[in-house]
Amino acid sequence: MKQLNQDEARRICERVIGFSKADECRVLINGNRTGNIRYAQNSVSTAGLNENVQLTVSVAFGKRQGTASLNEFDDRSLEKAVRRAEDVARLAPENPEFLPAIGKQEFRASATFNKDTAAIDPEFRAEVASHSIDAGRKNKLVTAGFFVDTTGFETIANSNGVFGHQEFTNLSFTCTARTEDGRGSGWVTRYANDARRFDAREASAVAIEKALRSVEAKALEPGRYTVILEPAATSEIIGRMFGAFDARQADEGRSFLSKKGGGNRLGEKLFDEQVNVWADPWDKDVPVRPWDSSSMLARERTDIIKNGKVASLDYSRYWAARQKARASGRHGNMIMAGGSKSMEELIASTKKGVLVTRTWYIRTVDPQSLLLTGLTRDGTFYVENGKIKHPIKNFRFNESPVSMLNNLDELGKPQVIGGDEVRFQMVIPPMKVRDFNFTSLSDAV
Amino acid sequence: MLVPVFGNAIAAEELMNPVAPAFKKSLADAALNSATKAGASYCDVRIGRYLNQFITTRNLNVENIVNTESSGVGVRVIANGAYGFASTNDMSPDGVANAARQAVAIARANARLQTEPLHMAPVQGVGEVSWATPYTRDWRTVPIKEKADMLIAANKAGLDAGASFMESRLFQVNQQKYFASTDGSYIDQDIHRLWAPLTATAVDKATNKFRTRDSLAAPVGMGFEYFDARPEHKVQAAGGVTTLYTRSYDLIEDARAAGRQAREKLGAKSVEPGKYDLVLSPEHLFLTIHESVGHPTELDRVLGYEANYAGTSFASLDKWRTRKFKFGSERVNFIADKTTPGSLGAVGYDDEGVPAKRWDIIKDGILVNYQATRDQAHIIGEKESHGCSYADSWSSVQFQRMPNVSLAAGKERLTPDEMVKDVKKGIYILGRGSYSIDQQRYNFQFGGQLYFEIKNGKITGPLEDVAYQSNTQEFWNACSAICDERDWRMGGSFFDGKGQPSQVSAVSHGSSTTRFNGVNVINTARKIG
Repeated sequence: MKQLNQDEARRICERVIGFSKADECRVLINGNRTGNIRYAQNSVSTAGLNENVQLTVSVAFGKRQGTASLNEFDDRSLEKAVRRAEDVARLAPENPEFLPAIGKQEFRASATFNKDTAAIDPEFRAEVASHSIDAGRKNKLVTAGFFVDTTGFETIANSNGVFGHQEFTNLSFTCTARTEDGRGSGWVTRYANDARRFDAREASAVAIEKALRSVEAKALEPGRYTVILEPAATSEIIGRMFGAFDARQADEGRSFLSKKGGGNRLGEKLFDEQVNVWADPWDKDVPVRPWDSSSMLARERTDIIKNGKVASLDYSRYWAARQKARASGRHGNMIMAGGSKSMEELIASTKKGVLVTRTWYIRTVDPQSLLLTGLTRDGTFYVENGKIKHPIKNFRFNESPVSMLNNLDELGKPQVIGGDEVRFQMVIPPMKVRDFNFTSLSDAV
Repeated sequence: MLVPVFGNAIAAEELMNPVAPAFKKSLADAALNSATKAGASYCDVRIGRYLNQFITTRNLNVENIVNTESSGVGVRVIANGAYGFASTNDMSPDGVANAARQAVAIARANARLQTEPLHMAPVQGVGEVSWATPYTRDWRTVPIKEKADMLIAANKAGLDAGASFMESRLFQVNQQKYFASTDGSYIDQDIHRLWAPLTATAVDKATNKFRTRDSLAAPVGMGFEYFDARPEHKVQAAGGVTTLYTRSYDLIEDARAAGRQAREKLGAKSVEPGKYDLVLSPEHLFLTIHESVGHPTELDRVLGYEANYAGTSFASLDKWRTRKFKFGSERVNFIADKTTPGSLGAVGYDDEGVPAKRWDIIKDGILVNYQATRDQAHIIGEKESHGCSYADSWSSVQFQRMPNVSLAAGKERLTPDEMVKDVKKGIYILGRGSYSIDQQRYNFQFGGQLYFEIKNGKITGPLEDVAYQSNTQEFWNACSAICDERDWRMGGSFFDGKGQPSQVSAVSHGSSTTRFNGVNVINTARKIG
């Protein structure tokens, strides 16, 4: 199915809304063309291209809502989808929390599309894999990696006149290099919406260097250490925290942001004053669509943590109406301020510490304190007197991001970073953190 | 674990229209012929229709009802000794023939990068056969109102019993899968699965504390009869601390208990960290089995094919080759299977047309085998595949996925109450909680839903803030007792993620209540800000 341009998408939205006999109608169209290549054991294992366009229509009769979707766009199919949604709506029980569709919004376009990324072809992907595999072989390493690029669009519309259409591109690359004897392992991740900012050779070299350096790791006693965390080591820890910045959960008393006696901790200083985090759909490094697809609200530049204070929480439209607060569209990115120091400079100013490349299998242990557990992986090193002294065995940690962001020593230069299990695109600085809690050793390499 | 992937939404009444086998056979033949003509030495075709219905509720409100359908065809070929795969939702003879030709072209391109040709273990063609999940009540025929009323009644029971908030959901899956291959198989399968997770939350605003208690029931490969709770399917946990379920589930009773127990957890004693003997119920142990035994014995992980994401495995081929690698104590026996009725992994045939079977993975504590697909069997000296191939959609390429991996029941008669009597300082853990394990499956940390202190052979009261940390081999070697088959039952994972791009699968793990000596327990309570 071919991707739709703005005029084609608008015409289809108008047809769908025209077919609807319900009190209101909302339309969402997502299209994407995704190419990928996967390799392991120095050989390509799978490569593919998927293309799809899907339309979702939601209608409501009073507080009864129904949803249907389809990937065919002739009039007959569109009308059938609308009738299906209406059938489901008639069967559905009333939802007392249902709110009518929003009124017209102004969307200021963001630069989410890049033609160089859109032009990526199978040869480009094969080149990425071959740079990595060849460089690995030269160093007697075994490489495994995954490169994926997406070109797509999103269109939103409703029966109150909301309309938005924007194209986007992005790519992501991860690569693991391991020594043949399995005693050393290194990893790298890269994310960009602009292919010109991606260099497969540079990225693979990072994974290879870490693999070679990580052989013959020594065991360090578990305990509290000063840590230098690369952005990839904190993206999921921080991403999980912002995923829990929900006003309703906090007001209901079931969040680390709940206040004793009731209410939430908006405005309180919960973090070190160096911590400044905001969302900005127009950020040049991680631009995202200027609307939230589910509520269709226009996104805004929003401070989330300002000088260590909780500056905003996520309010759904229902909860905002109930609490007399302002509803916010869900953020699409997360930008954290940093300093100007490189990783090397952060290491140079460290007397004793642990350098962490990546964290892995992070899960919430206690939502009350947002205690998370997880492990270090693919490049953990002991730092002494400003230098990487030797590789060390991996640790399990049990730590809350709230404590972590209170124990900040220093922030480095922010970098663009993606996360395996996080919905945000992020810019995060490397961090030097005191008293990070490693609770046991892992034999994993 | 991942969130479900939704397909296209459809009206409830359309769920019941199956695609005729004759139509599927003709489509499959079009693809097989096209692939063979284009030069493929092997071809398999998977025609899939995936139906789901999801219902989500919160307190006394139904938040969402979604019916989804996804249909299409995936064609996998071998040409020039390499795989090629292509998929299409154009279910016409021309559409699938074209996909088959694309798959052959991709195989030829991949062959240039292939270091050695594929070696497929033989499989006997079975002709035209069919298999279906045994069920007596088809979830697709149960009215939405009956399902919504059941969930709301459960939420009400939990709220009445002490919960501040209740959430319950119902996931219902039907996979209509037609497999055909150039080996001469035409296999029509109709697979049904269900899961009804719930969470009770109790809040004490005065102390700013909250606690949750999730469902203690398993997801199953059954029909809606699972929710017709029968007294003979109820089990009392050791010390009568709660009610547990085997082949049917009393959702409302469990929700009521969840509401009460979430409230009780607010006042439970915080655990003293240290070494404890752990008594783990099957409702908890299944996830520890999944992570520490299921994943490390996946042969693709062992070989390095998942190195970039999920990781590799400590259970390496050199350890296996010694035939002496002591994975666990001599009482530890793990059996892999795709056959147990009611389990999430039960099928007639896998996604390579291999009949479902059972085999030993750990025998008397020794690592004896892995989980393999057709192209892996020769690596471990097997003459045929274990039947572990699975794709989560017609549009996904099949690869090695975990079968049910279960701990065999103890051979001597032993009940959970008798097990507790022998424990001096221990903790009884029920339900799945937080879980995390390293990329080679050595170091893990698990929590649960309910914890009870055991002192001098007696359960003395509830505990909180418990998690245990261990090393897989140490842990299974610390296994000191397993209850007998009267206590054996299955838990399961409904959305197990693996691969890049990620695919989900569903798998069950059975065990009886099991004891582990001297395991390190940490206290997870923290103060922030």
